[in-house]
Amino acid sequence: MQTIPINTYNSPTVILELIYRLKVKDVMTRSLVSVPLGTTMRAVQHLMREKSITGVPVVSDRRLLGIVSMDDIIQALDFGYINEPVELHMTKNLIVLEDDMPVSFAISYFDRYRYHRFPVLSKDKALVGMVTTRDISTRLLWEINHEVENLERMNQSTKVTDGLSRDIQSFAILKHDFENAGFASTEVKKKLKQSNVFPRTIRRAAIASYELEMNIVVHSNGGRITAEYGPHEVVITSEDSGPGIPDIDKAMEEGFSTANEWIRSLGFGAGMGLPNVRSVSDDFSITSSPSGTTVVSTIRFSDNEMKPKTTKDPTKENETNDER
Amino acid sequence: MMNVKELSTKLEYTVFALPDPVAQVTDGYTSDLLSDVMGNAAEDSVLITIQAHRNTIAVASLIGIKAIVLCNGRMPSPDMVVAAEQETVALLGTAENQFTTSHRIAAALGIS
Repeated sequence: MQTIPINTYNSPTVILELIYRLKVKDVMTRSLVSVPLGTTMRAVQHLMREKSITGVPVVSDRRLLGIVSMDDIIQALDFGYINEPVELHMTKNLIVLEDDMPVSFAISYFDRYRYHRFPVLSKDKALVGMVTTRDISTRLLWEINHEVENLERMNQSTKVTDGLSRDIQSFAILKHDFENAGFASTEVKKKLKQSNVFPRTIRRAAIASYELEMNIVVHSNGGRITAEYGPHEVVITSEDSGPGIPDIDKAMEEGFSTANEWIRSLGFGAGMGLPNVRSVSDDFSITSSPSGTTVVSTIRFSDNEMKPKTTKDPTKENETNDER
Repeated sequence: MMNVKELSTKLEYTVFALPDPVAQVTDGYTSDLLSDVMGNAAEDSVLITIQAHRNTIAVASLIGIKAIVLCNGRMPSPDMVVAAEQETVALLGTAENQFTTSHRIAAALGIS
Protein backbone atom coordinates (compact mmCIF):
# COMPACT_ATOMS: atom_id res chain seq x y z
CA MET A 1 0.00 0.00 0.00
CA GLN A 2 1.24 3.44 -0.85
CA THR A 3 0.38 6.06 1.68
CA ILE A 4 1.08 9.71 2.17
CA PRO A 5 2.08 10.30 5.80
CA ILE A 6 -0.40 13.13 6.28
CA ASN A 7 -3.78 12.47 7.78
CA THR A 8 -6.82 14.41 6.80
CA TYR A 9 -8.28 15.15 10.26
CA ASN A 10 -5.68 16.19 12.85
CA SER A 11 -2.62 17.40 10.96
CA PRO A 12 -1.42 20.96 11.68
CA THR A 13 -3.91 23.58 10.49
CA VAL A 14 -1.58 24.86 7.78
CA ILE A 15 -1.45 21.37 6.27
CA LEU A 16 -5.19 20.82 6.60
CA GLU A 17 -5.86 24.13 4.89
CA LEU A 18 -3.51 23.09 2.10
CA ILE A 19 -5.02 19.70 1.39
CA TYR A 20 -8.53 21.11 1.41
CA ARG A 21 -7.65 24.18 -0.66
CA LEU A 22 -5.67 22.29 -3.32
CA LYS A 23 -7.86 20.47 -5.79
CA VAL A 24 -7.08 17.21 -7.55
CA LYS A 25 -6.74 19.18 -10.79
CA ASP A 26 -3.92 21.21 -9.21
CA VAL A 27 -1.78 18.14 -8.61
CA MET A 28 -2.72 15.69 -11.39
CA THR A 29 -0.68 14.92 -14.51
CA ARG A 30 -2.47 16.28 -17.55
CA SER A 31 -0.28 14.90 -20.30
CA LEU A 32 -1.97 11.57 -20.72
CA VAL A 33 -0.77 8.51 -22.60
CA SER A 34 -3.87 6.51 -23.49
CA VAL A 35 -4.86 3.88 -26.06
CA PRO A 36 -8.10 3.34 -28.03
CA LEU A 37 -10.17 0.15 -28.12
CA GLY A 38 -8.70 -2.55 -30.36
CA THR A 39 -5.11 -1.92 -29.25
CA THR A 40 -3.31 -5.18 -28.44
CA MET A 41 -1.89 -5.91 -25.01
CA ARG A 42 1.47 -6.23 -26.77
CA ALA A 43 1.25 -2.66 -28.08
CA VAL A 44 0.49 -1.45 -24.56
CA GLN A 45 3.50 -3.38 -23.23
CA HIS A 46 5.75 -1.55 -25.74
CA LEU A 47 4.15 1.77 -24.89
CA MET A 48 4.84 1.22 -21.19
CA ARG A 49 8.49 0.49 -21.83
CA GLU A 50 8.86 3.41 -24.21
CA LYS A 51 7.25 5.99 -21.91
CA SER A 52 8.39 4.40 -18.60
CA ILE A 53 4.85 4.21 -17.24
CA THR A 54 3.07 1.44 -15.36
CA GLY A 55 -0.58 2.00 -16.24
CA VAL A 56 -2.31 2.97 -19.48
CA PRO A 57 -5.95 4.12 -19.66
CA VAL A 58 -8.17 2.81 -22.45
CA VAL A 59 -10.23 5.67 -23.82
CA SER A 60 -12.98 6.08 -26.38
CA ASP A 61 -14.25 9.57 -27.20
CA ARG A 62 -12.67 10.96 -23.98
CA ARG A 63 -14.57 8.38 -21.91
CA LEU A 64 -12.50 6.14 -19.68
CA LEU A 65 -13.32 2.46 -20.29
CA GLY A 66 -10.56 0.73 -18.34
CA ILE A 67 -6.91 0.66 -17.38
CA VAL A 68 -4.19 -1.77 -18.40
CA SER A 69 -1.73 -2.11 -15.55
CA MET A 70 1.71 -3.70 -15.48
CA ASP A 71 0.07 -6.57 -13.63
CA ASP A 72 -2.43 -7.12 -16.48
CA ILE A 73 0.50 -7.30 -18.92
CA ILE A 74 2.36 -9.87 -16.80
CA GLN A 75 -0.80 -11.98 -16.64
CA ALA A 76 -1.19 -11.70 -20.42
CA LEU A 77 2.38 -12.90 -20.92
CA ASP A 78 1.93 -15.75 -18.43
CA PHE A 79 -1.30 -16.98 -19.96
CA GLY A 80 -0.42 -16.33 -23.59
CA TYR A 81 -2.97 -13.74 -24.61
CA ILE A 82 -0.57 -10.83 -25.11
CA ASN A 83 -1.69 -10.38 -28.74
CA GLU A 84 -5.37 -9.98 -27.88
CA PRO A 85 -7.09 -6.57 -27.72
CA VAL A 86 -7.14 -4.61 -24.47
CA GLU A 87 -10.92 -4.62 -24.03
CA LEU A 88 -10.78 -8.33 -23.18
CA HIS A 89 -8.24 -8.01 -20.38
CA MET A 90 -8.13 -4.47 -19.03
CA THR A 91 -9.20 -3.68 -15.47
CA LYS A 92 -12.74 -2.36 -15.72
CA ASN A 93 -13.68 -1.96 -12.10
CA LEU A 94 -12.15 1.43 -11.61
CA ILE A 95 -12.08 3.86 -8.76
CA VAL A 96 -11.88 7.39 -10.05
CA LEU A 97 -11.45 10.89 -8.65
CA GLU A 98 -13.10 14.08 -9.85
CA ASP A 99 -10.92 17.03 -10.75
CA ASP A 100 -12.78 19.39 -8.39
CA MET A 101 -12.33 17.21 -5.31
CA PRO A 102 -9.93 18.48 -2.67
CA VAL A 103 -6.55 16.74 -2.46
CA SER A 104 -7.57 15.43 0.99
CA PHE A 105 -9.93 13.10 -0.87
CA ALA A 106 -7.15 11.75 -3.04
CA ILE A 107 -4.99 11.17 0.03
CA SER A 108 -7.70 9.17 1.78
CA TYR A 109 -8.28 7.16 -1.42
CA PHE A 110 -4.61 6.22 -1.55
CA ASP A 111 -4.88 5.15 2.08
CA ARG A 112 -8.00 3.11 1.48
CA TYR A 113 -7.25 1.39 -1.83
CA ARG A 114 -4.04 -0.27 -2.95
CA TYR A 115 -3.89 1.37 -6.36
CA HIS A 116 -0.83 3.33 -7.40
CA ARG A 117 -2.75 5.82 -9.46
CA PHE A 118 -6.26 7.11 -9.92
CA PRO A 119 -7.77 8.35 -13.15
CA VAL A 120 -9.30 11.82 -12.85
CA LEU A 121 -12.59 12.70 -14.55
CA SER A 122 -14.09 16.11 -15.15
CA LYS A 123 -17.67 16.98 -14.18
CA ASP A 124 -18.87 15.83 -17.60
CA LYS A 125 -17.12 12.48 -17.06
CA ALA A 126 -14.29 13.00 -19.54
CA LEU A 127 -10.85 11.66 -18.61
CA VAL A 128 -8.68 14.72 -17.88
CA GLY A 129 -5.69 13.39 -15.94
CA MET A 130 -4.05 10.84 -13.70
CA VAL A 131 -2.86 11.31 -10.17
CA THR A 132 -0.14 9.37 -8.34
CA THR A 133 1.14 9.67 -4.77
CA ARG A 134 4.26 11.20 -6.25
CA ASP A 135 2.21 13.99 -7.87
CA ILE A 136 0.66 14.77 -4.51
CA SER A 137 3.83 14.71 -2.43
CA THR A 138 5.72 16.86 -4.94
CA ARG A 139 3.07 19.55 -4.92
CA LEU A 140 2.62 19.38 -1.15
CA LEU A 141 6.35 19.77 -0.56
CA TRP A 142 6.36 22.79 -2.83
CA GLU A 143 3.45 24.38 -0.98
CA ILE A 144 4.83 23.53 2.46
CA ASN A 145 8.13 25.16 1.53
CA HIS A 146 6.20 28.25 0.66
CA GLU A 147 4.25 28.20 3.94
CA VAL A 148 7.43 27.79 5.97
CA GLU A 149 8.92 30.79 4.19
CA ASN A 150 5.86 32.81 5.16
CA LEU A 151 6.06 31.62 8.77
CA GLU A 152 9.71 32.60 8.99
CA ARG A 153 8.92 36.03 7.71
CA MET A 154 6.08 36.44 10.16
CA ASN A 155 8.29 35.44 13.10
CA GLN A 156 10.85 38.04 12.12
CA SER A 157 8.25 40.77 11.99
CA THR A 158 6.85 39.86 15.42
CA LYS A 159 10.31 39.98 16.95
CA VAL A 160 11.02 43.44 15.59
CA THR A 161 7.80 44.93 16.91
CA ASP A 162 7.59 43.06 20.21
CA GLY A 163 8.80 45.90 22.35
CA LEU A 164 6.37 48.46 20.98
CA SER A 165 3.19 47.13 22.62
CA ARG A 166 1.27 48.04 19.52
CA ASP A 167 -1.69 46.21 18.16
CA ILE A 168 -0.73 44.26 15.06
CA GLN A 169 -2.78 42.21 12.64
CA SER A 170 -1.11 40.01 10.07
CA PHE A 171 -2.69 38.09 7.19
CA ALA A 172 -1.19 35.53 4.83
CA ILE A 173 -2.40 36.09 1.27
CA LEU A 174 -2.21 33.33 -1.33
CA LYS A 175 -1.59 33.69 -5.03
CA HIS A 176 -4.78 33.70 -7.12
CA ASP A 177 -6.95 33.10 -4.06
CA PHE A 178 -9.91 35.18 -5.21
CA GLU A 179 -12.14 33.17 -2.87
CA ASN A 180 -10.74 34.78 0.27
CA ALA A 181 -9.64 38.05 -1.26
CA GLY A 182 -10.88 40.98 0.77
CA PHE A 183 -10.60 39.23 4.12
CA ALA A 184 -7.60 41.25 5.37
CA SER A 185 -9.12 44.59 4.38
CA THR A 186 -12.46 43.68 5.97
CA GLU A 187 -10.66 42.90 9.23
CA VAL A 188 -8.73 46.18 9.10
CA LYS A 189 -11.98 48.03 8.54
CA LYS A 190 -13.67 46.25 11.46
CA LYS A 191 -10.79 47.02 13.77
CA LEU A 192 -10.81 50.73 12.92
CA LYS A 193 -14.58 50.90 13.29
CA GLN A 194 -14.28 49.56 16.84
CA SER A 195 -11.77 52.32 17.64
CA ASN A 196 -14.22 55.01 16.50
CA VAL A 197 -11.99 56.30 13.76
CA PHE A 198 -13.75 58.73 11.37
CA PRO A 199 -15.55 56.98 8.49
CA ARG A 200 -13.55 58.84 5.86
CA THR A 201 -10.29 57.65 7.39
CA ILE A 202 -11.61 54.09 7.63
CA ARG A 203 -12.51 54.26 3.96
CA ARG A 204 -8.97 55.32 3.06
CA ALA A 205 -7.48 52.46 5.09
CA ALA A 206 -9.94 50.01 3.53
CA ILE A 207 -9.03 51.14 0.02
CA ALA A 208 -5.28 50.90 0.70
CA SER A 209 -5.47 47.47 2.30
CA TYR A 210 -7.85 46.07 -0.32
CA GLU A 211 -5.74 47.22 -3.26
CA LEU A 212 -2.57 45.90 -1.65
CA GLU A 213 -4.28 42.62 -0.87
CA MET A 214 -5.55 42.27 -4.45
CA ASN A 215 -2.09 43.06 -5.79
CA ILE A 216 -0.71 40.09 -3.87
CA VAL A 217 -3.54 37.85 -5.09
CA VAL A 218 -3.27 38.95 -8.72
CA HIS A 219 0.42 39.61 -9.30
CA SER A 220 2.63 37.93 -6.71
CA ASN A 221 3.61 34.43 -5.64
CA GLY A 222 1.85 35.08 -2.36
CA GLY A 223 2.63 37.29 0.60
CA ARG A 224 1.38 39.02 3.68
CA ILE A 225 -0.53 42.11 4.74
CA THR A 226 0.33 43.58 8.12
CA ALA A 227 -1.59 46.36 9.83
CA GLU A 228 0.06 48.12 12.77
CA TYR A 229 -2.20 50.34 14.80
CA GLY A 230 -0.78 53.30 16.65
CA PRO A 231 -2.58 56.04 18.57
CA HIS A 232 -2.48 58.42 15.62
CA GLU A 233 -2.18 56.24 12.55
CA VAL A 234 -2.39 52.83 10.98
CA VAL A 235 0.56 51.53 8.97
CA ILE A 236 -0.36 48.96 6.34
CA THR A 237 2.52 46.94 4.97
CA SER A 238 2.29 44.56 2.06
CA GLU A 239 5.15 42.13 1.47
CA ASP A 240 5.28 39.42 -1.15
CA SER A 241 7.81 36.82 -2.24
CA GLY A 242 8.23 37.94 -5.82
CA PRO A 243 8.44 38.10 -8.77
CA GLY A 244 8.91 41.86 -8.27
CA ILE A 245 7.93 44.90 -10.31
CA PRO A 246 10.36 45.52 -13.19
CA ASP A 247 9.47 49.22 -13.58
CA ILE A 248 7.98 50.89 -10.50
CA ASP A 249 7.43 54.23 -12.26
CA LYS A 250 5.29 52.47 -14.84
CA ALA A 251 3.40 50.55 -12.15
CA MET A 252 2.57 53.85 -10.45
CA GLU A 253 1.05 55.24 -13.65
CA GLU A 254 -2.73 55.16 -13.74
CA GLY A 255 -3.96 52.69 -16.32
CA PHE A 256 -0.74 50.72 -16.65
CA SER A 257 -1.28 47.03 -15.91
CA THR A 258 0.42 43.72 -16.55
CA ALA A 259 -2.64 41.61 -15.68
CA ASN A 260 -3.72 38.92 -18.12
CA GLU A 261 -7.10 38.57 -19.85
CA TRP A 262 -8.50 36.23 -17.25
CA ILE A 263 -7.72 38.61 -14.38
CA ARG A 264 -9.15 41.55 -16.34
CA SER A 265 -12.36 39.67 -17.02
CA LEU A 266 -12.90 39.63 -13.25
CA GLY A 267 -12.64 43.41 -13.16
CA PHE A 268 -9.11 43.55 -11.80
CA GLY A 269 -5.97 44.74 -13.53
CA ALA A 270 -7.32 48.21 -14.31
CA GLY A 271 -3.93 49.69 -13.54
CA MET A 272 -5.30 51.78 -10.69
CA GLY A 273 -4.30 49.69 -7.70
CA LEU A 274 -1.04 51.31 -6.68
CA PRO A 275 -2.13 54.82 -7.74
CA ASN A 276 -5.25 54.36 -5.57
CA VAL A 277 -3.11 53.30 -2.60
CA ARG A 278 -0.84 56.30 -3.00
CA SER A 279 -3.70 58.74 -3.33
CA VAL A 280 -5.32 57.64 -0.05
CA SER A 281 -2.04 57.39 1.91
CA ASP A 282 -0.42 60.11 3.98
CA ASP A 283 2.93 58.38 3.54
CA PHE A 284 3.64 55.89 0.83
CA SER A 285 6.72 53.92 -0.12
CA ILE A 286 7.45 51.05 -2.45
CA THR A 287 10.53 48.91 -2.98
CA SER A 288 10.79 45.97 -5.31
CA SER A 289 13.25 43.34 -6.44
CA PRO A 290 12.75 39.92 -8.04
CA SER A 291 12.66 38.39 -4.55
CA GLY A 292 9.72 40.52 -3.51
CA THR A 293 7.90 43.82 -3.32
CA THR A 294 7.21 45.81 -0.14
CA VAL A 295 4.69 48.60 -0.02
CA VAL A 296 4.14 50.68 3.12
CA SER A 297 1.08 52.90 3.38
CA THR A 298 0.54 55.13 6.42
CA ILE A 299 -2.87 56.53 7.11
CA ARG A 300 -3.10 59.12 9.87
CA PHE A 301 -6.24 59.61 11.90
CA SER A 302 -7.26 63.17 11.21
CA ASP A 303 -8.72 65.27 14.05
CA ASN A 304 -11.21 66.80 11.71
CA GLU A 305 -13.53 64.64 9.67
CA MET A 306 -14.53 67.54 7.47
CA LYS A 307 -11.02 68.03 6.15
CA PRO A 308 -11.04 65.56 3.26
CA LYS A 309 -7.75 64.43 1.93
CA THR A 310 -7.05 65.76 -1.56
CA THR A 311 -7.10 62.75 -3.81
CA LYS A 312 -4.54 63.84 -6.34
CA ASP A 313 -1.91 66.16 -4.97
CA PRO A 314 0.83 66.62 -7.59
CA THR A 315 3.39 67.48 -4.90
CA LYS A 316 2.97 63.94 -3.56
CA GLU A 317 4.59 62.58 -6.71
CA ASN A 318 8.07 63.50 -5.48
CA GLU A 319 7.58 61.90 -2.10
CA THR A 320 7.43 58.40 -3.50
CA ASN A 321 10.21 56.66 -1.69
CA ASP A 322 11.64 54.69 -4.54
CA GLU A 323 14.57 52.64 -3.27
CA ARG A 324 15.17 50.31 -6.14
CA MET B 1 -32.80 59.83 -2.22
CA MET B 2 -34.69 56.57 -1.94
CA ASN B 3 -34.25 53.21 -0.30
CA VAL B 4 -33.11 50.09 -2.15
CA LYS B 5 -36.51 48.39 -1.87
CA GLU B 6 -38.25 51.37 -3.51
CA LEU B 7 -35.59 51.51 -6.20
CA SER B 8 -35.89 47.83 -7.09
CA THR B 9 -39.70 47.95 -7.13
CA LYS B 10 -39.85 51.13 -9.19
CA LEU B 11 -37.43 49.87 -11.84
CA GLU B 12 -38.69 46.27 -11.67
CA TYR B 13 -35.37 44.67 -10.87
CA THR B 14 -34.81 41.01 -10.07
CA VAL B 15 -33.96 40.71 -6.38
CA PHE B 16 -31.11 38.30 -5.55
CA ALA B 17 -30.51 39.64 -2.04
CA LEU B 18 -32.17 42.37 -0.04
CA PRO B 19 -30.71 42.18 3.46
CA ASP B 20 -31.56 45.78 4.35
CA PRO B 21 -34.56 47.01 2.29
CA VAL B 22 -34.54 50.50 3.82
CA ALA B 23 -30.86 51.29 3.17
CA GLN B 24 -30.76 54.71 1.52
CA VAL B 25 -29.02 55.32 -1.80
CA THR B 26 -28.14 58.83 -2.90
CA ASP B 27 -25.85 58.39 -5.89
CA GLY B 28 -24.72 55.92 -8.52
CA TYR B 29 -21.52 54.68 -10.09
CA THR B 30 -21.11 52.68 -13.29
CA SER B 31 -17.97 50.62 -13.83
CA ASP B 32 -16.68 47.09 -14.35
CA LEU B 33 -13.23 47.88 -13.04
CA LEU B 34 -13.17 47.22 -9.33
CA SER B 35 -10.18 49.48 -8.62
CA ASP B 36 -11.97 52.27 -10.40
CA VAL B 37 -15.02 51.70 -8.21
CA MET B 38 -12.77 51.56 -5.15
CA GLY B 39 -11.05 54.83 -5.96
CA ASN B 40 -13.96 56.88 -7.24
CA ALA B 41 -17.42 55.69 -6.20
CA ALA B 42 -19.21 57.76 -3.57
CA GLU B 43 -20.54 56.28 -0.35
CA ASP B 44 -24.23 55.24 -0.32
CA SER B 45 -24.08 54.67 -4.07
CA VAL B 46 -25.72 52.03 -6.16
CA LEU B 47 -23.10 50.26 -8.28
CA ILE B 48 -24.05 49.46 -11.88
CA THR B 49 -21.85 46.68 -13.24
CA ILE B 50 -21.59 43.29 -14.93
CA GLN B 51 -19.07 41.85 -12.43
CA ALA B 52 -21.22 39.05 -11.00
CA HIS B 53 -18.81 37.54 -8.45
CA ARG B 54 -18.19 37.94 -4.76
CA ASN B 55 -15.18 40.25 -5.03
CA THR B 56 -17.62 42.94 -6.14
CA ILE B 57 -19.41 42.56 -2.79
CA ALA B 58 -16.10 42.93 -0.95
CA VAL B 59 -15.42 46.20 -2.75
CA ALA B 60 -18.96 47.47 -2.17
CA SER B 61 -18.88 46.66 1.52
CA LEU B 62 -15.47 48.27 2.04
CA ILE B 63 -16.45 51.62 0.58
CA GLY B 64 -20.07 51.72 1.71
CA ILE B 65 -21.94 50.94 -1.51
CA LYS B 66 -25.50 49.95 -0.56
CA ALA B 67 -26.74 48.20 -3.71
CA ILE B 68 -25.37 46.48 -6.80
CA VAL B 69 -27.33 46.18 -10.04
CA LEU B 70 -26.06 43.42 -12.34
CA CYS B 71 -26.77 44.38 -15.95
CA ASN B 72 -27.29 42.48 -19.20
CA GLY B 73 -29.07 39.65 -17.39
CA ARG B 74 -25.89 38.46 -15.67
CA MET B 75 -26.58 35.97 -12.90
CA PRO B 76 -24.63 36.23 -9.64
CA SER B 77 -22.57 33.25 -8.54
CA PRO B 78 -24.14 31.53 -5.50
CA ASP B 79 -21.31 32.65 -3.22
CA MET B 80 -21.93 36.23 -4.34
CA VAL B 81 -25.51 36.04 -3.06
CA VAL B 82 -24.30 34.63 0.27
CA ALA B 83 -21.69 37.39 0.55
CA ALA B 84 -24.31 40.06 -0.24
CA GLU B 85 -26.47 38.84 2.65
CA GLN B 86 -23.49 38.72 5.00
CA GLU B 87 -22.18 42.14 4.10
CA THR B 88 -25.64 43.74 3.90
CA VAL B 89 -25.42 44.85 0.29
CA ALA B 90 -28.56 44.68 -1.86
CA LEU B 91 -28.02 42.58 -4.99
CA LEU B 92 -30.33 43.30 -7.91
CA GLY B 93 -30.45 42.32 -11.57
CA THR B 94 -31.77 43.62 -14.87
CA ALA B 95 -31.71 42.61 -18.52
CA GLU B 96 -30.89 46.20 -19.50
CA ASN B 97 -27.36 47.36 -20.26
CA GLN B 98 -25.25 49.68 -18.09
CA PHE B 99 -26.10 52.79 -20.12
CA THR B 100 -29.86 52.38 -19.82
CA THR B 101 -29.62 51.30 -16.21
CA SER B 102 -27.49 54.32 -15.25
CA HIS B 103 -29.86 56.71 -16.93
CA ARG B 104 -32.95 55.18 -15.33
CA ILE B 105 -31.42 55.08 -11.86
CA ALA B 106 -30.25 58.67 -12.15
CA ALA B 107 -33.80 59.68 -13.12
CA ALA B 108 -35.27 57.69 -10.21
CA LEU B 109 -32.87 59.32 -7.76
CA GLY B 110 -33.66 62.72 -9.24
CA ILE B 111 -30.04 63.47 -10.19
CA SER B 112 -30.31 63.45 -13.96
